[in-house]
Amino acid sequence: MTTVDDRPTTPPAEAPRRRVNPVLALLRNSWRQLTSMRTALILLFLLAVAAIPGSVLPQRGVNPEKVDQWFVDHPDLAPRLDQIGAFAVFGSVWFSAIYLLLFTSLIGCILPRTRDHVRALRMRPPAAPKRLDRLPQHAALEAPAAADPAAIAAVLRRRRWRVAVRGNEVSAEKGYLKETGNLLFHTSLIAVLLGVAAGSWYGWHGNRILVAGADNAFCNTRQQYAEASLGPRVDSADLPPFCLTLEKFEADYLDSGQASRFWATVSVDSPGDTPRTAGFSVNSPLRLDGANVYLLGNGYAPVLKYTDRYGKSQTSDDPFLRTGDPNATEEGVALFPDANVDPKTGRRAADQQVAFDGLYLPTVGDQPPYVASQFPAERNPALNLTAYRGNLGLDAGIPGSVYQLDQRQVDNGKLKQVGTKLLRPGETWTLDDGSTLEFVGTRPYVTLAVRHAPGQTLLLVASGTLLLGLMGSLFARRRRVWFRVSPPEGGSPTSGSSLVEAGGLPRTEHPGFADEFAQLVAAVSGDAPDRRRAREGDE
Amino acid sequence: MSALSDQLVTFAILTYLVAMISHAVEFALGNARKVAVAAPARELVGAGVGGAGGSVDEPATPSVPERPDRSTGRAVLAGRIAAWLTVLGAALHLGAVVTRGIAAERMPWGNMYEFVLTVTWIGAAAWLVVLWKQPSLRRLGLFLTLVMVLLLAFAELKLYVQVVPLMPALQSYWFIIHVSTIIFSSGIFLLGVVPAAAYLMRAGWEQGRRSFPYTLARRLPAAAGLERLTFTLHAFAFPIFTFAVIAGAIWAEAAWGRAWGWDPKETWAFISWVVYAGYLHARATPSVKRSVATWIAVVGFLTVLMNLFGVNFFFTGLHSYAGV
Ligand code: HEM
Repeated sequence: MTTVDDRPTTPPAEAPRRRVNPVLALLRNSWRQLTSMRTALILLFLLAVAAIPGSVLPQRGVNPEKVDQWFVDHPDLAPRLDQIGAFAVFGSVWFSAIYLLLFTSLIGCILPRTRDHVRALRMRPPAAPKRLDRLPQHAALEAPAAADPAAIAAVLRRRRWRVAVRGNEVSAEKGYLKETGNLLFHTSLIAVLLGVAAGSWYGWHGNRILVAGADNAFCNTRQQYAEASLGPRVDSADLPPFCLTLEKFEADYLDSGQASRFWATVSVDSPGDTPRTAGFSVNSPLRLDGANVYLLGNGYAPVLKYTDRYGKSQTSDDPFLRTGDPNATEEGVALFPDANVDPKTGRRAADQQVAFDGLYLPTVGDQPPYVASQFPAERNPALNLTAYRGNLGLDAGIPGSVYQLDQRQVDNGKLKQVGTKLLRPGETWTLDDGSTLEFVGTRPYVTLAVRHAPGQTLLLVASGTLLLGLMGSLFARRRRVWFRVSPPEGGSPTSGSSLVEAGGLPRTEHPGFADEFAQLVAAVSGDAPDRRRAREGDE
Repeated sequence: MSALSDQLVTFAILTYLVAMISHAVEFALGNARKVAVAAPARELVGAGVGGAGGSVDEPATPSVPERPDRSTGRAVLAGRIAAWLTVLGAALHLGAVVTRGIAAERMPWGNMYEFVLTVTWIGAAAWLVVLWKQPSLRRLGLFLTLVMVLLLAFAELKLYVQVVPLMPALQSYWFIIHVSTIIFSSGIFLLGVVPAAAYLMRAGWEQGRRSFPYTLARRLPAAAGLERLTFTLHAFAFPIFTFAVIAGAIWAEAAWGRAWGWDPKETWAFISWVVYAGYLHARATPSVKRSVATWIAVVGFLTVLMNLFGVNFFFTGLHSYAGV
């Protein structure tokens, strides 16, 4: 199925010698080099090799936490690798250089081939070579049914050959689809690249956790995302305004603990529209105008009500995060930095802040240690908490995580442990200073990714044409046949005893051509193929 | 049902093993020259996907009449037995895949064990199609059954997991579309590497190399036919693989919110795709030697293996169904 250079017009081997500008000559030579098949091959190979570190090393765009971990584990190597873009391979200079060169080469390859192909499509199939018996396929037909060029041409046309009649010769060609498909395929590759580019320039995405309840509603602004990334051509103001409230989250589990279904119900409030309720799930995102919302994960946020020694209560419903355990053990913290403000003075001693950290177990076991949940659904929920009092370190100006206690404060003794307890929903824990913590219950939360990715339609269409082109290119075969009608000695070309000679040339290596040729010859001579066997030849 | 499937896998492995031994006997007894000359230049046109022309055989090259030679006769018998054993093995293998699916009440592609089980079956079935179209290639069966035994034994010993239903992330019709096409193309690539390796050895042999791996090729079919089969299989599998990757991207868009995110599996699919594109290019370039092109195809298969096993073992990504 390989073509042996398919171009109908090969450039003239030697152009008339002229003195050429050496710079121009160099440029032209470089261009020729770049657009050669060999270079394309090398660049393809480089592209494959260059992608490998992208799978071996963690990538910022895929998994930023892992990158941070890598820095911790390999403090010497990581910064150096970072400098050469090893943690963002697919956006790195060298990776981009390879594919940009490859695509330049591709364009340089497609353009002349398209021109040649259009020419070939416009041209009539070429005249017959002098000696048809030198072709890989050859047959001589005596007294065929279709004995004049017009009749032969008709037979060929019926079989969808492109035909040209020149005097007593018929030339026919078939399989232009191969080159058409090939060009369509390579052009689609460029369209795919453009689609990807559009997506990264004009797209944006953000991730966040959404806890159930109207008081936790989130609106689509950049500040409301834990992590967001906007393409270079996107402004914060471009984000479509809508607000989401998680109304309900359902998860079904099998007895083995494996999840079988997730379903999130949200109310959507966009300006100008009446609020509506919508459901979505893994594999079926919520498609809004200008953004899609994807369900990535879920968990429970314990509702904790702390009543300080002055009798003032505050409630926290910060989400506890999954530890990765399939039975949904969660880890988290409830911070009460404003606890124990003396109502009389309005002041609080810096060491009177309160925090609780620990584990949430949707299904706690019967015996201690209560450190791992037994089942992902809330069959027997409990919190295993440690209470802290002291300085939470939130005022130090160092941004802290809402999911973790500042361990430095514990280590330097500014935050002291004041007890631990297993707490079930509805239970209240009274601490040593008389303050209380009530475990009110839990609220479900979902982890969401909100995305806008323009260029997807282009990608989809280009993928389709890519596939079509590829199949045409791989499975179509280009071939030519010629028929020459020789009048019988001294007779007229239309008399019954004229001799027809046929020759065939597969332009794509293709073992079935001999048979096809034999059938064609049989159709022209109007009888079964076995009476006149086409001469065999090697493809 | 699940236990039945496990037993069928064991029986399939044993049957392939006996087939392999039988092929080895054929090898040991066979007369190389005769096989090489008698190879008719028939061509497989990928199971009905041939496009124009379809699968048509070239008029058979006149073959050397077989001398009634006792050792050759026994070799042919051993080869025939091996081929029929392979048919039996593939039938048991199919039974294992189907019963596994019935036990799980879904397509049996939910984890790596099932994945390997199905990929290898596709490879075996496609081999039987090739064998049916080109009986002269029968001796390749030695390598094919070897690959089958190794992969299946590895799957049974190292990858085996109990039957469980699909996790929600996999409950999508894209699951069936994407995974079935990945499996199908991987199976054909798997089969394609057999004639590729055989070609590399045989071509060396035909060029007069007489050192170790080349001597194995003494009794293999002629190099040109192996090379053509290699190409046909790859040309057949490549568009399917391309489609599978596209389908995966469409599914990823729905499931994870992005069509392409350079997750390790996606990265390796990209690498495989680029390498196989390189193979097709290399084969179409007259200045690149056929053996070099074929090496690229072998490298392509290594990247497929890397995706199948390596990525699941070494990296974690969103493709978390590996189940190891
Ligand atoms: C983005 C990089 C490229 C990719 C992924 C790619 C991919 C492919 C694939 C998969 C094929 C096989 C289809 C077939 O056999 O017709 C192919 C064929 C072909 N490509 Fe490319 N290509 C790329 C760049 C190029 C470049 C830069 C050139 C020009 C130098 C080129 C020239 C060709 C030609 C002439 C064929 C036809 C080979 C034949 O007749 O079998 N391609 N390409």
